[in-house]
Amino acid sequence: MSLLPEAASDFAGKVDHIIWFVTVISLIFFILVSFFLVYFAIKYRRKKENEETPYITGSHILETLWTVIPSILLIIIFAYGFLVFREIKTPPSNTLEINVTGRQWLWQFKYDNGKTTINELRVPEGKPIRLVMKSEDVNHGFFVPAFRAKQDLMASMYTQLWFKATKIGTYDLFCTQYCGTGHSAMLGKVIVMSPEDYEKWEKSEEQVATGAPSAERGKELYVQRGCNACHSVDGTRIVGPTWKGLWGKEEVMQDGQKVTVDENYVRESILEPQAKIVNGYPPVMPSFKGVVSDEDISAIIAYMKTLK
Amino acid sequence: MANHTIAETIPMPYLEEKGLISWLTSTDHKRISILYLLSISTFFIVGGIAALLVRLELLTPGKTIVDAHTYNTLFTFHGTVMVFLFIVPGLAASFGNFLIPLMIGARDVAFPRLNLMSWYLYIAGAIIIIASLLQPADTGWTFYTPYSIRTGTDVILLTFGIFVAGFSSILTGLNFIVTIQKLRAPGMTWHRLPLFIWASYATAILQVLATPVIGISLLLLIAERVFGIGFFDPAKGGDPVLFQHFFWFYSHPAVYIMIIPAMGVISEIIPVFSRKPIFGYKAIAYSSLAIALISFLVWAHHMFTNGISQLAAMIFSFLTFLVAIPTAIKVFNWTATMYRGSIDLKSPMLYALSFIFLFTIGGLTGVFLAALAVDVHIHDTYFVVAHMHYVMIGGTVMGFLAALHFWYPKITGKMFNEKVAKIAWALIFIGFNVTFFPQFILGTEGMPRRYYDYMPKYQPLHELSTIGSWILAAGLFLMAINLIRGLSNGEKAPQNPYGSLSLEWQVPSPPPHENFEEIPYVTDWTYGYGKK
Repeated sequence: MSLLPEAASDFAGKVDHIIWFVTVISLIFFILVSFFLVYFAIKYRRKKENEETPYITGSHILETLWTVIPSILLIIIFAYGFLVFREIKTPPSNTLEINVTGRQWLWQFKYDNGKTTINELRVPEGKPIRLVMKSEDVNHGFFVPAFRAKQDLMASMYTQLWFKATKIGTYDLFCTQYCGTGHSAMLGKVIVMSPEDYEKWEKSEEQVATGAPSAERGKELYVQRGCNACHSVDGTRIVGPTWKGLWGKEEVMQDGQKVTVDENYVRESILEPQAKIVNGYPPVMPSFKGVVSDEDISAIIAYMKTLK
Repeated sequence: MANHTIAETIPMPYLEEKGLISWLTSTDHKRISILYLLSISTFFIVGGIAALLVRLELLTPGKTIVDAHTYNTLFTFHGTVMVFLFIVPGLAASFGNFLIPLMIGARDVAFPRLNLMSWYLYIAGAIIIIASLLQPADTGWTFYTPYSIRTGTDVILLTFGIFVAGFSSILTGLNFIVTIQKLRAPGMTWHRLPLFIWASYATAILQVLATPVIGISLLLLIAERVFGIGFFDPAKGGDPVLFQHFFWFYSHPAVYIMIIPAMGVISEIIPVFSRKPIFGYKAIAYSSLAIALISFLVWAHHMFTNGISQLAAMIFSFLTFLVAIPTAIKVFNWTATMYRGSIDLKSPMLYALSFIFLFTIGGLTGVFLAALAVDVHIHDTYFVVAHMHYVMIGGTVMGFLAALHFWYPKITGKMFNEKVAKIAWALIFIGFNVTFFPQFILGTEGMPRRYYDYMPKYQPLHELSTIGSWILAAGLFLMAINLIRGLSNGEKAPQNPYGSLSLEWQVPSPPPHENFEEIPYVTDWTYGYGKK
């Protein structure tokens, strides 16, 4: 098992260098202290009562040494850490900007050309990316371990994060600022594509070329669109109602109205979630208007029908 | 008639008077110390059970025993109880109360009735915190806004409990400052004071100056929830970053409220079991004050990824490195104290040595977190969880257990079974490392903290950590049984079983009410081991 995740951004290697540098210095001090602890404990172990011991109360030379040497090392680590931090925090001028919105419990990405994705950030390899981020509700934290990049999202201000991905691949995205029940399900992927593939994807009309709205496609969307953060498919209650056995069920709303779960109810709940709230559940679901297409909704409905 | 006169001249040991009422109304600092010891130990068990449940849930990804919401309430409860009901009052209120008057040659603390009131305030706060379990909060012990304002769980009761318990901390600190300033025996100059007293003094200053800030912050939070005043929620025009500043302005010094008394304990135990004067007395004494002072200026190192400016990050990072220096000095001085000593590896010494060993790991991993670029990667991951437990269990709890075994004969007048104590120590030491060391690696690999569910690739290390928590619990259980058995089965303790030169060991075990028949006249420092 490796100690650090794969390094896939241009400053990841620099961060790792500091980590190894501090590790070596720490190990030296740790080994030094433990060695003397164990060595003294064995060498000077009490063999008989009333052993004579010397009256040593200190040593100016030693104490000065072990104040000055660690101080110098600490200042070096401080400077090293700060210099790389400045680089992490200062985006270059030629960045590609992507807007990031965090909300309980999903990530939404808006690109230059108006495309929107959920829980899936697509970026070209080798191009500096600047994420302009804001939370819509509580604090969230955008963290991609492979990039060694992390930045909180606040509801009170925009925050930014930049990186340059150096390896094509798919990387984990975590929420690191505790945000409630679905915190550990607020996950995503960063997909680093070759510049050509990225351009192709950017220009493509549909977000994903899909065939017929199948239940299988619905199952994919269930994860991709972050439905799984709040709706289980095995009957357990997370935040919203489980999808298991939901189709065709009669639900009681907050105002006492009874509604049967059918195509139009599901469609309305995805596009205008606040229109009808099932009794006993919090009104927290965000709208997916403009994010999921009609075809996607049909696929999700097909998937729901299979969850008996 | 001769017997009668003897009975009159021998003062009554403080444990002699029986009955619940006599305990609940006593203003004797030693009895209040016992009240604290029993209550913080109870809450350590309560918080520990929550921790075991958290670890059990994390044995497998997804649901193991509870759902996500229950898990979130469990780690919130664990953190709140351990921080505010166990480790903050912890050593300071329990052993501080017992030892300060004895060590400085006083009959009691400066304000004995205020001292008893402090304990009642603590219990009142504790009852409110436990009552919040009816609808347990799910905010984490940090209560970050705006989540803590919007969650439907009962945040008000929990934070109000902390608010009330905070007064206990402030008043205890005040009491100790006055006691140490005014009640030292004749000849007990500042530079003759045991280092535990220096540590208690530094802690007391922090308690008095920092605790009001958390009280005010939590009141503002309550006001926002009840009256909708927009302090911290951006939806109402408030600022969530402001809350983080307020919170850490207390909670970072609070870390030192928790650890400095334990450092004081280690400074007492190492010389006794090495039969050597403490190495570099003044450096250790003043480093306690230095740590206390600098600890007020490092709070924003908890906030490096929330969008604070590069300049602020730079300053707070630098100050954080500064606080590492007095801490390192202490570690070197403790180690050097053992040089050419006559070292007796009894259980208190074993706990003290494991403190140095584990606290060094805790301290060095703090250097990683203080380095800005590295903090970006490991902030809010299991690395932080491991680091803080190495400092809080590896440091404070080891110090607490060292103190418990060291002063046990003095407090109870009995001896415990040393062999069992050593076995329990070994289990605790191994269990602790198996639980928390893997979490460093989980953190560097990217596993975020406060996660109910996690990716399968993290499972082996989580399994190891959970198994460790069972070993740790078994060790603590054995340790507790051994100490409890000692109360009834233990041999009678001599006045000074470990050969300490400190004043508390020059009175009978257990000490009489009012400690000293005659206030001692102090002519030398406490650490004159081997002095010709």
